[in-house]
Amino acid sequence: MAAVRRRTGLLFWCALGWITLVLVLAIIAGVLPIPSPTDMDIFARRKGPSLAHLLGTDSLGRDVLARLIYGARISLSVGLLAPVIGLSIGGALGLLAGYFRGRFETFVTGGVDVVLAFPPLILAMAVTAYLGQSIVNLTLVLGFLGIPAFTRVARAATLTFSAREFVTAARALGAGHARIILKELLPNVALPLGAFFLLGVAVTIVVEGALSFLGLGVPPPAPSWGVMIGEGRESLEMAPALAFLPAVVMFLTVLSFNLVGDTLRALTDPRQGAL
Amino acid sequence: MSMLEVENTIVDLPTPRGMLRAVDGVDLTLEAGKTLGVVGESGSGKTMLSRAILQLLPRRAKLSGAIRFDGQDMTRIPAETLRKLRAKSVAVVFQDPMTSLNPVLTIGTQLTETMREHLGVSQSEAISRGIALLAEVGIPSPEQRMGNYPHQLSGGMRQRVAIAIALSCAPKLLIADEPTTALDVTVQAQILDLLAREQRSRHMAMMLITHDLGVVAGRTDEVAVMYAGRVVERAPTRELFHHMRMPYTAALMAALPKLDAPPHTRLPAIGGRPPDPINPPPGCSFAPRCSYADAVCDKAKPPLSAPDRMAHQFACIRPLPVKVAA
Amino acid sequence: MTALLDIKDLVVEFPVGGRVVQAVTRVSLTVQRGETLGLVGESGCGKSTLGRAVLQLYQPKSGAVVFDGQDLTKLSPPLMRKMRQRLQMIFQDPIASLNPRRRVGDIVAEPLIIAGVTDADERLRRVRAVLTEVGLDPDITMARLPHEFSGGQCQRISIARALILEPELIVCDEPVSALDVSIRAQIVNLLEDMKDRYGLTLLFIAHDLAVVKAVSDRVAVMYLGRICEVAPTETLFRTPAHPYTRLLLDAIPMPDPDIRPVEGVAVGEPPSPIAPPSGCRFRTRCPRAAGRCAAEMPELVALPSGQMVACHFPLI
Repeated sequence: MAAVRRRTGLLFWCALGWITLVLVLAIIAGVLPIPSPTDMDIFARRKGPSLAHLLGTDSLGRDVLARLIYGARISLSVGLLAPVIGLSIGGALGLLAGYFRGRFETFVTGGVDVVLAFPPLILAMAVTAYLGQSIVNLTLVLGFLGIPAFTRVARAATLTFSAREFVTAARALGAGHARIILKELLPNVALPLGAFFLLGVAVTIVVEGALSFLGLGVPPPAPSWGVMIGEGRESLEMAPALAFLPAVVMFLTVLSFNLVGDTLRALTDPRQGAL
Repeated sequence: MSMLEVENTIVDLPTPRGMLRAVDGVDLTLEAGKTLGVVGESGSGKTMLSRAILQLLPRRAKLSGAIRFDGQDMTRIPAETLRKLRAKSVAVVFQDPMTSLNPVLTIGTQLTETMREHLGVSQSEAISRGIALLAEVGIPSPEQRMGNYPHQLSGGMRQRVAIAIALSCAPKLLIADEPTTALDVTVQAQILDLLAREQRSRHMAMMLITHDLGVVAGRTDEVAVMYAGRVVERAPTRELFHHMRMPYTAALMAALPKLDAPPHTRLPAIGGRPPDPINPPPGCSFAPRCSYADAVCDKAKPPLSAPDRMAHQFACIRPLPVKVAA
Repeated sequence: MTALLDIKDLVVEFPVGGRVVQAVTRVSLTVQRGETLGLVGESGCGKSTLGRAVLQLYQPKSGAVVFDGQDLTKLSPPLMRKMRQRLQMIFQDPIASLNPRRRVGDIVAEPLIIAGVTDADERLRRVRAVLTEVGLDPDITMARLPHEFSGGQCQRISIARALILEPELIVCDEPVSALDVSIRAQIVNLLEDMKDRYGLTLLFIAHDLAVVKAVSDRVAVMYLGRICEVAPTETLFRTPAHPYTRLLLDAIPMPDPDIRPVEGVAVGEPPSPIAPPSGCRFRTRCPRAAGRCAAEMPELVALPSGQMVACHFPLI
């Protein structure tokens, strides 16, 4: 443990602390002594911080702190769930393509290229138009868009590890395909995939913010950080904090996920401990 | 004054577990026109020693001691002077030509670039010299080969190109770091022949670094054996092979399978493995594996010295007896 | 002695960039029960491919691999899986041949699990026994990951994994090439001990002739996918019949300063296996080559001395 602390540094623990704080607040938001994020107070619009509203109110008189915390709920659940879709489907496709090669691989890489060529904004608009604007639809769209990247990472890692002799050794022992994939390849491919997952979370939070900012994401009046930045834009001159606060929170969260991802990848690389 | 003088050189590398002493107080000299073989197993520090001589250590490594080339201490001169000195006086051939050659540049470009930069010759002059060099190192149809990329050549041909590049600025010292380890035995013989021929005809000094006693036996004037960062025995080649004094050298020799022994002859293996370079034992590093060691050997590191004859140095308190000629 | 392994006219091909490369060309070899057959040659000569084709890790294009009377190339996948318990392999790179993310205890137990040994206690007992057998302390090693061990120790773990099912044949693919001299001798001795202890038959693939000489009863020399010469070890080293065997022997750097290396023994490098020379494949580097060598591929024939050679103008 001491060795782990020496190799990570303060920044890693700050990042981990921030993620934990945001996660805990998002989970226990319902029992926190904060006003409802959707209650409007027309007579107290764009007010500065006060005892009743710790971070002030927005242009419709809603409590900014409450909206930030409930926004974390939405931003984080979309940010975590969408990459889970990408990870499970993309990871599985990449692993199988990298292991079996041949026609299946051609098919998968071709499919990935097609999805990558699809303009993401158009897809988001199309889905919103046909299926309606909802958090579930948003998550599905973002998850779908994440599949190609996870497929590529999984396939590249699988190709590297398949060429290693321990896989040949398992084949020589008579291990079946399932056993080789699950016991020999998956534990090795899981590492780069896990690190990429954290990066995916960071990217998804930003993309969710961008879509919500454009009005294609989370439907109002539900708060998400992107929605808040979008609404804050209208009163940038009068109350810059309304756009600035959610932007800072998003920035810190995304940065933290990236930092943790990078550090974990470096820490869990088995070769690191060799010397 | 010798051409190359390495004096009490120490190389420390920081690792997550602590400081690793890769080279532990090495003294060496090499005269112009001579060949020194440096033999050691992996982790013996032989490669780090060569990097220290070339001033090519990893940035985080700590070097102390003196490395004098023609009397000039390379560790104490400004970077720019060092770069110029290094280019014209010391050249290196690495183990794997695939990684030491740039894959996206043609052989001609890589050959002529160094000559134009360091010798200040014109492009056409550099090209004609390059072609002559390729011919000299035994590359057929050198004119065409100038336009080839490294991946278009075989391993042996690539190593020949790497040698041609190393020779291009007429170095006084050539360091060959395991130049044939990545090659097949028939190609290895050709590359060793080539190095020996060039060394003789150019009157270069050569440092031949290898793990293979067979490689140094017939092709060096002097041999230094390294173990755990230190030179543990050093003597003229013939003297070393005929009168091994350091038990490690003798054990290494004995552990080699012999071509004249019948099949299934049991090899006298050296038990155990080299010490942890981060926590080395206080005494002789070979003592834990040595069949001649006793309590004295664990007390202090024996210095490399020549108790009886100046030409043969060894670092051992309990050396093997000198064989009396029958 | 009876032939445990009988390789007949084996051909292995690979597609390389739209073309087909023959890595192994009509190779026939037998390995007697209890014998070590050394297989030497330079990189790219097909010796590793041959070793893997014996274990059916590559599907041969034609020919047969008869093991204990059964042609492995014709076995159904379930039968082959069962057969694999009797055939094992040890690889060159001791680190790469162990899964970096699995514990040594699991790695060595894997063959038992695949073979269907369901009793966990029995598996543990056998893993401990075989680790002790190869000179490792099970209490220290079992819970660790491969990167915590040196190359020599990793090779011991590999050997333990190959031995745990008590196989009959082990294909050793350059098992000591990546190891230091002082460790190499330990592993060579261990393999010799294990061979006696388990009554093994070994196909020992290596490029180092001295190592091959130390362990083999007979030696086969391969060049560009073809067998040049097969002979009892002492005979092959004393009186090589094929010019290529001679070249290999002359090229070995001898650890003796009184033997001055003869310069110019070797010329050229093996041609690319994508376009091998016509006739005898060694003719482009052979000092004895004549017109017939380009026209006609020499077949492996027995000489009175007891060695088999594929050469129109053998040295003896």
